Amino acid sequence: MSESRKQIHLAAHFPGVNNTTVWSDPAAGSHIEFSSFAHFARTAERAKFDFLFLAEGLRLREQGGKIYDLDVVGRPDTFTVLSALAAVTERLGLTGTINSTFNEPYEVARQFASLDHLSDGRAAWNVVTSWDAFTGENFRRGGFLPQEERYSRAKEFLATVNELFDSWRGDEIVADRESGTFLRDAKAGAFVHHGQHFDIEGQFNVPRSPQGRPVIFQAGDSEEGREFAAAGADAIFSRYSTLKEGQAFYTDVKGRLARHGRAHDQLLILPAATFVLGDTDAEAEELAREVRRQQVSGATALKHLEFVWNRDLSAYDPDGPLPDVDPDPGEHTVARGRAQVRMYRDPLATAREWRELAAANKWSIRDLVIQTSSRQAFVGSPATVADTIDAFVQADASDGFILVPHITPGGLDVFADTVVPLLQERGVFRTEYEGTTLRDHLGLTRPSSPAAAA
Amino acid sequence: MSTAPSALPSSEPDPASRSPRALHLAVALDGAGWHPAAWREPVARPRDLLTAGYWTDLVTEAERGLLDFVTIEDALGLQSSHFTEPDGRTDQVRGRLDAVLIAARVAPLTSHIGLLPTVVATHTEPFHISKAIATLDYVSTGRAGLRIQVSARRNEAAHFGRRALPAFRFEDLESPAVQELTLDLFDEAADYVEAVRRLWDSWEDDAEIRDVATGRFVDRDKLHYIDFEGRHFSVKGPSITPRPPQGQPPVGALAHATVTGAPFRLLGRSADLGFVTPHDAAQARTTVAAVRAEQEAAGRAGEPLHLFGDLVVFLDEDPAAAAARRERLDALAGQPYTSDARIFTGTPAQLADLLQELAEAGLTGFRLRPAVAGHDLPAITRDLVPELQRRGVFRQAYEADTLRGLLGLPRPANRYATDGTSTGTGTEAAAPGAAASDATADAVVTA
Repeated sequence: MSESRKQIHLAAHFPGVNNTTVWSDPAAGSHIEFSSFAHFARTAERAKFDFLFLAEGLRLREQGGKIYDLDVVGRPDTFTVLSALAAVTERLGLTGTINSTFNEPYEVARQFASLDHLSDGRAAWNVVTSWDAFTGENFRRGGFLPQEERYSRAKEFLATVNELFDSWRGDEIVADRESGTFLRDAKAGAFVHHGQHFDIEGQFNVPRSPQGRPVIFQAGDSEEGREFAAAGADAIFSRYSTLKEGQAFYTDVKGRLARHGRAHDQLLILPAATFVLGDTDAEAEELAREVRRQQVSGATALKHLEFVWNRDLSAYDPDGPLPDVDPDPGEHTVARGRAQVRMYRDPLATAREWRELAAANKWSIRDLVIQTSSRQAFVGSPATVADTIDAFVQADASDGFILVPHITPGGLDVFADTVVPLLQERGVFRTEYEGTTLRDHLGLTRPSSPAAAA
Repeated sequence: MSTAPSALPSSEPDPASRSPRALHLAVALDGAGWHPAAWREPVARPRDLLTAGYWTDLVTEAERGLLDFVTIEDALGLQSSHFTEPDGRTDQVRGRLDAVLIAARVAPLTSHIGLLPTVVATHTEPFHISKAIATLDYVSTGRAGLRIQVSARRNEAAHFGRRALPAFRFEDLESPAVQELTLDLFDEAADYVEAVRRLWDSWEDDAEIRDVATGRFVDRDKLHYIDFEGRHFSVKGPSITPRPPQGQPPVGALAHATVTGAPFRLLGRSADLGFVTPHDAAQARTTVAAVRAEQEAAGRAGEPLHLFGDLVVFLDEDPAAAAARRERLDALAGQPYTSDARIFTGTPAQLADLLQELAEAGLTGFRLRPAVAGHDLPAITRDLVPELQRRGVFRQAYEADTLRGLLGLPRPANRYATDGTSTGTGTEAAAPGAAASDATADAVVTA
């Protein structure tokens, strides 16, 4: 066992509302019933994973003015599921994606502080932003936030929530029956925040939780997002799962920490990664091809092309050639409620590139989408996948991975049973939880308790 | 403890649970108990109030007594003995956890009892709460409900900074300005319940089709925009969470007689469960009549609407012991405990007599507020319940797996379904603009 090798962090992303998740497989179960979440969480905990991860979207996605019906649709409420999962697990971290645009700091702070209490210190918050009026139609304030202000609000939201967490030092409750003193300090929880986005004051009503503050994740990739993470996040949920891209991202973000007065190991970089396992590498490759075809049906391929074309392409044959017509360069109107459309910043160039690729390889629309949309990050036998994951982490392409199975809820089982033991044999992944809190698992220091008021 | 399943064949109704005299029983959980000095009792666990274990123990105890449900108090500010503002006191329990999260944490560890967390409509999002309660219904497999409440406290509004509420005192309650404020808050809460209910119905039960042939996961014709437009907010929908197992988790509210009539109006129009506070049988008759009149006015005359009497209870086998305990706690608190609800001090048999008398006046159940959770909750489950069972007015075993089932409420049809695949007798979409709940009420309780 090599003492000097970097320890790998592993997490499990409950299969989400996107076409990575294969619902058509006979093994696919419910995405809503609690039994699916409990199965998934227990597998992750049996495998000694750091945490479970839940994504969120606050409006059903639409394409062409209709609810998008080709992927899994619907999900339960994040806080409620995580709190219930705290009852059926003991050590597993519980990470929830919660939007900083369509929530208020006081409520989110009390929900995360409550979750941290109820899970004995296992709560984490993946802070996401949105600005679109489309999602806003479900909320009191509508589409109130200009796009350019979303990080400004997110930053102030996070700062405000931290002020609320820190408004209790942790030693206020004395509950002395004899003297009748319950609270040491009548001002416990007092806070004042007057800022651009929030103008609030009063007393926070959840005393300090076991982790002090929940672990903070950030998922954005823009320059602003990277700075936001370097300044205040404990971990980044990134999307770079290839070695070179991963290393570039890792170097960039870790390089920003010193400027914020932070240590190199106090921000973890954890890309999302899909996987397909087989008894042999060849078998896994074959399986992976099948999974890709399940993930990208002809109908899904056309819808995916519409993200770039920004036009109704339903008349095209997915098994035929790419459209001759160019993308509509105007404001994107076809697909709503998706982050994906923002990835294609120059649709005309993308279309040109894809036409050339398809022509050169004799690909149909469906072939092209299968080939160009992200394939599985790790494909191979358990030994190959364990090697690859270890190599990535040792080469500083990441500090570990958030694994995204494509089957609910059993898709993680085979990874837990075959890959994890190999990583444990190599001495790069824990065989038992050493601590009780998520901060312990991630090697993060507990935020210092705010100084006692004089 | 008698929790053995009924020996009767399943086709035969359990006489106790089906008898017209059968009572429904719930407990209201709040911190160490409802008396402000409850935390100082030897049996109390004041340092555990923020732990999962504490709440699991309380709800498990309530389930042991075959109770219909528990409610869990909550607020968007620190507890206070003052009606409308913080009190700066350090001699009472201060600090709490989010009630929805407590209910969710306890749900997988219980199997029959209903879970009604308090939800404050005033500063929260109906979209978030609708999916939270729907999800509570999933994690409890059909045992969720919610107790809706409004907040008229200025300090709580300042925690959100989105609206300014006027300062007022308890004595000002009947002033025109405060009446206007409370009517407005109740209007908003009624809209809130309406939006939450529509969101629960925004997915038809069979919307998820997983049709591999066409590649469609859902039949989007069975997903519905709710297009709620109210004075305080609008909500487009559909929910991101499918229709919960019960279809419509029961909605409850505490309501008192007020000059505006708003709280009773809410019960009449929007609630499945009303918590009311008559102090005797005569008041119970008046209260029941007033709420039933509102129900009729709302066009819901034939629909089930439970009216539960709220009572604070000090229970001991010796009535003198109960009275002495109350005196001791009052002495510790420095003043006599007062409440909006009747405070009962006595034996389980005396309480059973009172409950039967009040039931004769038209109440269908009772929500008991244990003065000391660690003492009076077990007294309810281990002494009062067996007494009621002996009298044939309380269930011998759980007769249903869902909260609606325990309350005798049919699973309602989906208001948006057109093809008759969702069956049941309907819960109406209450008209927006109805009034709601009990801002003022809970503040009185803690006064």
